[in-house]
Amino acid sequence: MSIAPGSDALARDEAGIDTPGDAAGPDESGPRGSTLPRYIAVKAGGALISLAMVVVLGFFSFRILPGSDPAINLTRGRQVSAAEVERLRHEFGLDQSLIAQFFRYVGDLLTGNLGTSFVYNQSVSSLIAEKLGPTLLLTGTAALISITLGLWLGQRAAWRRGSWFDKLQTGTALTFWSVPTFWLGLILLLVFAGMFHLFPAGGMTTAGSDETGFAYILDALHHLTLPVVTMVAVVYAQYLMVMRASVLEEMSADYLTTARAKGLAEDKVRTRHAVPNALLPTVTLIFLHVGGLIGGAVTVETVFSWPGLGFLTFTALSAPDLPLLQGTFVVFSTIVILMNFVADLLYRVLDPRLKAA
Amino acid sequence: MSVDSRPTSGRQAVAARRRAAALHVWREFVRTRSGVVGLVLLVVIIVIAILAPVLVPAESLDVTQITAPTNHPPMPGYPLGTDPQGRSVLGMLIWGARVSLLVGFAATAVSMVIGTSMGMAAGHFTGTSRAVIMRVIDFFLVIPGLVLAIVLSSVLSRGVWTIIIAIGVTSWAGTARVVRAQTLTIESRPYIERAKALGAGDRHLLVRHVLPAVLPLVLANTTLTVGSAVIAESTLSFLGLGDPTQISWGSMLKTALDTGAATAGYWWYVLPPGLAIVVVVLCFTLVGRALESVLNPTLRRR
Repeated sequence: MSIAPGSDALARDEAGIDTPGDAAGPDESGPRGSTLPRYIAVKAGGALISLAMVVVLGFFSFRILPGSDPAINLTRGRQVSAAEVERLRHEFGLDQSLIAQFFRYVGDLLTGNLGTSFVYNQSVSSLIAEKLGPTLLLTGTAALISITLGLWLGQRAAWRRGSWFDKLQTGTALTFWSVPTFWLGLILLLVFAGMFHLFPAGGMTTAGSDETGFAYILDALHHLTLPVVTMVAVVYAQYLMVMRASVLEEMSADYLTTARAKGLAEDKVRTRHAVPNALLPTVTLIFLHVGGLIGGAVTVETVFSWPGLGFLTFTALSAPDLPLLQGTFVVFSTIVILMNFVADLLYRVLDPRLKAA
Repeated sequence: MSVDSRPTSGRQAVAARRRAAALHVWREFVRTRSGVVGLVLLVVIIVIAILAPVLVPAESLDVTQITAPTNHPPMPGYPLGTDPQGRSVLGMLIWGARVSLLVGFAATAVSMVIGTSMGMAAGHFTGTSRAVIMRVIDFFLVIPGLVLAIVLSSVLSRGVWTIIIAIGVTSWAGTARVVRAQTLTIESRPYIERAKALGAGDRHLLVRHVLPAVLPLVLANTTLTVGSAVIAESTLSFLGLGDPTQISWGSMLKTALDTGAATAGYWWYVLPPGLAIVVVVLCFTLVGRALESVLNPTLRRR
């Protein structure tokens, strides 16, 4: 009788080619038959617990792990006097108990105070706010393109399963999936910036130029091209595979036979009947994959010196600038948890069967 | 003895049955062409990595004893050219395979042990402990793994083991989910009920009945995870979090970025390490998918 939960989850795991992201299917722990407010409350509770765990992890991994004394870490590789270290210890409240320190950290966090960066000598939250825009521009553009491309190719491939088109598409996607993001970026740099000088090697705008208006937008687009292409190439594979699996799932459904029986053209059967139903599980997965996008942002921004949060993370880890790293960790994780929450809500809203239950 | 060929005890019977099952899986696996191609390539790469000290003497990569020109394109004696310090790129590639594969396998082992035990616990226990374990699994599923791995390897001291731990600790949640699902399926079967009726405890149930049943799935998952662990290793090394004293494919690409090899057009230094990563990851993916389709009959009809 209860073979269902197991096989259901397995089928879903198969749908995605990566293990982490998609596995967090929204169907897992939610009470299906419950009312909407209760459902939202349960999901919001889960998200809040995850947020709390991020804060705890963010605090303790920088403090109690071996070699993580902040006063030492913060000054690593710098000439500092003993008095300076003492001042730092006091500033971080290291002379207080760990619990007291933790509550101070949480209090600071709630007021938006993430500490002060050593490299930039500026508050971490203002730095992050500054870099958020470029990251959203890069990942947003890349996500839009890869989702459109992946979903379109995925449903075409599934519809003609086993054809050369299907084999070519899944083969290409799997190959790109095996490519480290940063290496693909390096290759594009090598070919388009190093050999043919078609695109700039890095940054968001040409250094020293003070263009405005349309020229500025063109310049930014010019800089945006290579990073976006890199991200799209690596990321679209997962959308393709998920969509393909999802359409395959629908293809044996009875309603398609009905649609064909009433004389619909094959193309209409696909676009009007199969695809909308297949989109349902896919849409929520899009939000669940945000974590992967963020991982990609770190390496892509590093390769192309794109002035966003990912590049900020890279400067923070190479300095090392631990308050900054701690800040980006908390912010990245918060974004991902919120997106996950959105996915849960969307799943419920989009599937009428769940609403009726 | 007349019963020579037949098992003489229950334990032997079980062992014989498992051997037969393993043989069956192997036969099915050999039939998948892509899986065999991946496996053969992997064995070749692993043998080369093990033989690295014989094939490429360590002295030839010692920066202080190098006579070759730096950043030189492929030439006789240096089939893949030289790096910014005049070392043979081919030699570094062979040595780099050691770190990449070691981290790939070790991190996967860590990840599998955590994932399997957490998954089995989440499927077996009920009530509060189940809720707590599920929350932890969900948390690690959601959190951006790379960022957490960056945090861990920045805080801990630099080295191969730090990277292994950082990758292992951040990549087990997917496995835990698959194992949990399988545990639920297994535990709903009558023989578990029988074992319970005979007084089997949690430990006995999990170790003697559930673990053997989930292991095949874990095996398929393992090969897929090694591939992503190899990518994760190269990414962390590329970001400068690797062991600075060891050559890995990721650290080669880091040098390429730092010295501007890409924008200078030194293709012989940029292409090989990445291609090596792609080939290894692709092999693991092929083997993993083939194993998965053999072990999980529901996928076979696709």
